[in-house]
Amino acid sequence: MSRGSGPLASPQRLRNYPSYRGGEGMVAWAFHRISGIGVWLFIILHVIDIWLIGANPEAYDFLGQIYSSPPGRVMETVLGAALFYHALNGMRIVVMDFWPALTAYHRQLWRIVWIVFFALGLPGAYIILKPIWEVAG
Amino acid sequence: MNAPRYSRGGRPRPVGSAVDLYVWYAVRLSSLALFVLALAHFAMTHFVFDPADQSAEWVRQARWSSVALRALDWGMLMAVLVHGFLGMRTVLQDYVPSRVRSLSLGALYALALILFVLGTQVVVTLPMD
Repeated sequence: MSRGSGPLASPQRLRNYPSYRGGEGMVAWAFHRISGIGVWLFIILHVIDIWLIGANPEAYDFLGQIYSSPPGRVMETVLGAALFYHALNGMRIVVMDFWPALTAYHRQLWRIVWIVFFALGLPGAYIILKPIWEVAG
Repeated sequence: MNAPRYSRGGRPRPVGSAVDLYVWYAVRLSSLALFVLALAHFAMTHFVFDPADQSAEWVRQARWSSVALRALDWGMLMAVLVHGFLGMRTVLQDYVPSRVRSLSLGALYALALILFVLGTQVVVTLPMD
């Protein structure tokens, strides 16, 4: 048997495996933390840019041009993905925290998160990114 | 003390610290508001309108043309400050070494206060037509 495959992995290998509990729950947690920190960083920028509407409207409009440029639209799509995943998985967390019995269905909830994420997120990404090739073409 | 409750996604309801328990509830309750407010805000900004059309003049004349619209956005600001900064409190407590923990938490709360002041200032003082 090749190293590391199959159910006979040694306890030593399991200890070295860089996981907490493993499985969907750990990936969901890691994505939730990364997306949360990312959205938090954008919120700092976003409160400041909105403050510029009063303090320096020209600077705000300049930032708006960056946001609506092709690289800005790619960044907004990434932001939207982080926000949407965090929101959907956050509801999964709330459901399990307030109704612990539903934790038994955490894998099904996790699949629902991704089905909704792609079903609504892909058309959303298309709408945000569309002006890139409409302007270019 | 009871064993920590099992949680697949969040973290167990804190036992032993009233502050941690209030934070735990505040993050979850504010998340319910933000699920509606922040997602609706993102959809309005990117799907109904487009960032290219939302100049400072447009915000002043259309987006913030009534007290109700401004109050709604201010409410969203409050929810996002509570949720984002209490969430970051948990992140810092997980990773920051204990000798700089109170310093980092102080800086975190100071940043929250600055954003509270900046956001409140612009939503209250921007002239309305």
